[in-house]
Amino acid sequence: MVRFAEVGLRYGESAPEVLRDLSFVLEPGSFHWLLGASGAGKTSLLRLMHLAARATRGEVEVLGVALSRTRRAALPALRRRVGVVYQDFRLLPHLPVFDNVALPLRVAGRAPHQIRADVTEILRWVGLAPKADAMPAALSGGEQQRVAIARAVVMRPALLVADEPTGNLDIPQARRVLSLLREMHRLGTTVVVATHAETLVAEYPAASLRLDAGRLVSHG
Amino acid sequence: MTLRRARGRDPLGLRRVLSDRLLPALVGAMGLLAALTLAGARGAADLASRWEGGAATALTVQLAPGAATDRALAVLEAMPEIAEARLADPARLAALLRPWLGDAIAIPLPKVIELRLARLPADPAALAGRIAALVPGAQVEAHGVWVARLLALARSLQAVAVAALVLVAGIATAVIAVAVRAGIAARRDAIAVLHALGATDADIAGRFAGRVAWLVGLGAFGGTVVAAPILAGFADMAAPLSGGRVAEGLLDLPWQRLPWAELALLPPAAALIGWVTAQVTLRLWLRRLP
Repeated sequence: MVRFAEVGLRYGESAPEVLRDLSFVLEPGSFHWLLGASGAGKTSLLRLMHLAARATRGEVEVLGVALSRTRRAALPALRRRVGVVYQDFRLLPHLPVFDNVALPLRVAGRAPHQIRADVTEILRWVGLAPKADAMPAALSGGEQQRVAIARAVVMRPALLVADEPTGNLDIPQARRVLSLLREMHRLGTTVVVATHAETLVAEYPAASLRLDAGRLVSHG
Repeated sequence: MTLRRARGRDPLGLRRVLSDRLLPALVGAMGLLAALTLAGARGAADLASRWEGGAATALTVQLAPGAATDRALAVLEAMPEIAEARLADPARLAALLRPWLGDAIAIPLPKVIELRLARLPADPAALAGRIAALVPGAQVEAHGVWVARLLALARSLQAVAVAALVLVAGIATAVIAVAVRAGIAARRDAIAVLHALGATDADIAGRFAGRVAWLVGLGAFGGTVVAAPILAGFADMAAPLSGGRVAEGLLDLPWQRLPWAELALLPPAAALIGWVTAQVTLRLWLRRLP
């Protein structure tokens, strides 16, 4: 479950608030679109959800953990339960596909045989098993985003957030990426996808959070 | 698969950004300096301990035959420059003279008073003159004053060597910190990704620190290995001063006189400095992440 209560966020003490008075609850296993124009605060909201930023006021609760009362040292364990997909993929360019996907498992200290089995399975799921030894630069944008999704879900996260995951992709690639995210939702993961691609939203109707100038203007 | 495993163990790509050339070479040069300084400190300490016995008795006064020993001792002890005056043990004098005079010394030995000074005099000759005036017929030997001065010099050299060692360690720490900061700048995105995936500060800092400790230890080992024959050469040049002979070949050098224990400690000490520096630098930088 994700719960926001009167949440505000500003970057710097004298900077204006980029998020204001956000209050909502995302039930476990739900799928939400996060909508709004560029600069509305979608990325900032997702940063709060995947613990890349901490609210300057209010309370954020992620997977049952109230972050205002959580020590910094306890956050890494919570981050391992949240998968993140970025618009610019953020794959490590010096690692082949296999090792990029294996990163979360290695960070969590999993055994090598388990890493091999899990990564092979997840690469097969995203349709990239034959590219396990390829370097990211040798892949198309769609393939790189599927690698990023594989990395985000290989730990079977309870919450998956995606920030404009189709922003750099053409329509067929975008549909394939979205189908993977929907598949994760069907498997029980809470999924939040930020986008301003209204055509994709129309193709996959689901609940949505709509932001405007840092405020939540609709939820449902 | 081997390549994959190697890369998997190095997700931050530290083998590339903290290469096995520049940092070990810099630390190697400092390891060489440290080894030379260490040996200098050890040499100064050896000289100091050798001269300490000679400096304990700064002056000796040989009394004229038939002179009143008690009166001479009283006069000398009354002088403010003298901390202690005592009659040299005749048995020890006899032992000192035995190589020249044999076991049965037939001639009477002179009476010698050993003086320990309260502080080293600026002009030993003037002090000797005053003593001779107060104790008629006495012969004053002041070589101990010069030995004490050499001892003070040796101790100063020892202190300077220790200071130089601290300075080298400080410069090494600064060089390592700069290298680590360059590594952080080059791998900022990778660190951010690992952090976002749930890596702890200890995990990220540990990966850097492990790599840095290995490279720094390697460099210091190289520097120490290069320093060893140089130090052996110095020891060989000094050998005739202590009754030894000059070596005829590399294997003949006085290797056993090198401070091996201290030299062996250099690479692990350098590795420890590297590990701590990397840990501190990384952890301070990581504090800016949420």
